[in-house]
Amino acid sequence: MVPALPLLTKYLGQPGREAIDAFLATGGYQAAAHALRDLQPDQIIAIVEASGLRGRGGAGFPTGRKWRLTPKREGDVRYLVVNADEGEPGTFKDRTLIEGDPHQVLEGMIITAYANQVHRAYIYLRGEFFLGYQRLSRALAEARDRGHVGRNILGSGFDLEIVIHRGAGSYICGEETALLESLEGRRGFPRLKPPYYPAVRGLYDQPTVLNNVETMAHIPHILSLGPDGYKASGPPILYSVSGHVTAPGVKELPIGTPLREIIFQHSGGLRPGRTFKALFPGGSSSALLTAEHLDTPADFEPLAKLGSMLGSSAIIVMDDSACIPAVIRRTVEFYRDESCGKCTPCREGTVWLAQILDRILAGAGRMEDLDLLDAIARNMTGTCFCPLGESVPPSLRTSLRYFRAEYEHHVRTGSCDLRPAAAAAQAPGPGGG
Amino acid sequence: MERVLRPAVLAEISRLAQLYAHPRSALLPALHAAQDQVGYLSEAAMTDVADALGLPVSEVASVATFYSMFHPGPVGRHQIRVCTNLSCYLNGCGEVLDRLCGLLGIRPGETTPDGRVTLEAVECLAACEEAPVMLVDADRHPRMTSAAVDDLLGRLD
Repeated sequence: MVPALPLLTKYLGQPGREAIDAFLATGGYQAAAHALRDLQPDQIIAIVEASGLRGRGGAGFPTGRKWRLTPKREGDVRYLVVNADEGEPGTFKDRTLIEGDPHQVLEGMIITAYANQVHRAYIYLRGEFFLGYQRLSRALAEARDRGHVGRNILGSGFDLEIVIHRGAGSYICGEETALLESLEGRRGFPRLKPPYYPAVRGLYDQPTVLNNVETMAHIPHILSLGPDGYKASGPPILYSVSGHVTAPGVKELPIGTPLREIIFQHSGGLRPGRTFKALFPGGSSSALLTAEHLDTPADFEPLAKLGSMLGSSAIIVMDDSACIPAVIRRTVEFYRDESCGKCTPCREGTVWLAQILDRILAGAGRMEDLDLLDAIARNMTGTCFCPLGESVPPSLRTSLRYFRAEYEHHVRTGSCDLRPAAAAAQAPGPGGG
Repeated sequence: MERVLRPAVLAEISRLAQLYAHPRSALLPALHAAQDQVGYLSEAAMTDVADALGLPVSEVASVATFYSMFHPGPVGRHQIRVCTNLSCYLNGCGEVLDRLCGLLGIRPGETTPDGRVTLEAVECLAACEEAPVMLVDADRHPRMTSAAVDDLLGRLD
């Protein structure tokens, strides 16, 4: 029998779900108990490899292979670090999992730690997740009290300590090497890869398994269903759908569900009287797509083929009330403010782009500014340590490709050609924090 | 030298330092603990943190100023953080922020003269399904409107 979705979000929204008894009552922690009792670490890695699971933080690296690549030398200290610093604009699935079913995440961590023979794990939690911190802390304390975390878990002889580490407001710390710097008590500056691949030289220069929250939540289901059952169930993925849809939210669907179906069948479609204009398929770092792309499956390869990406699978929908140059300015401002300042193309490029977009939106733009924007964006590509600088060009350049007429209209007339966009186009204060 | 951080907070910082192979890793949690007591990161508070973790004060200050949740100066009794990133932007956060600015008589980044509220425009709070969303201290307020702002400010002490 093919297990029906949802798997990961089945109990979200159930009152009291964050308590351990509610979790145990639906079979919670059984996959971890089975793993520790019946399976060798290597067998678990093989199962996760066979499941085809790809990391859900945005890069999509195969999870099993990542674990396989982490050296397991006898006597080495290894770490597990879970990236709960969810900050890619449009993404909210990890926060939802942490708040709604924190034990599921912990169970995935126990299995992952055992598979990689890790005895100390850290959850790097976004500082702004106040509710998530409260719920996760309580869940961890309960799990420890009941013997699911700590020394000699359920009599298996396996030890695991989990520490929740709060961030303090910095988008760049979601980048894995910047996260490790931050976890070591420094400014969140990315490290150079190579040599600092976390799997081999991660936290304190030790082999470190660095996984995303949603990735962790998949693990217990993969063990419970087996790789084939898990794959037959979809396999599932969490899409964060927001923007101009009437029923935004986390949508657990088979990976590769067409964008049109995600938006119009599962997210309520557009507001009455509105027409579809564009979307970001993978957070604000992804390239824009338009109506002609709506039948594309929301999966890694099909989106990559269009020059965009699945990323963190955050779908931000825009209807005809959205002024594209204003949306792009807001995006550029974000990356400008969050750039750590280490690499020149990112630090300077984002400032220049914002200045030019300000000029265009203030009605003082020049036609040659459009090519200038594109040239600056091109020069930011492939010239930075980390993906932050690379996150600006995709949306900016595709906006120039698909919506050049809107920019030209701003330059020519000094105003927006979209009457209804006036409300949406009002910038929320300069800089926007 | 006299400590500004209370013994209980210093003890908490020592406990935090034990959770890591290198005590320096406890710097962010320690700064959170210090700010929770003082309200912001004064030089005296950062000196105490530096001493507790065996770090130079300059290092502590360098790290503290990198992170937007650490305040270099006093802030209001309440902190209102309005998300201004894409999904909230598309759903009218500008109106919400304007209303707050108007009623409080301040701009984002400022504190009311009576010390009641600090207003901030912040980046994506990862709650886009509730856009436009804002945090009032630790509580998230979904689907904000001007009317909801009026109501909320009326109830805030």
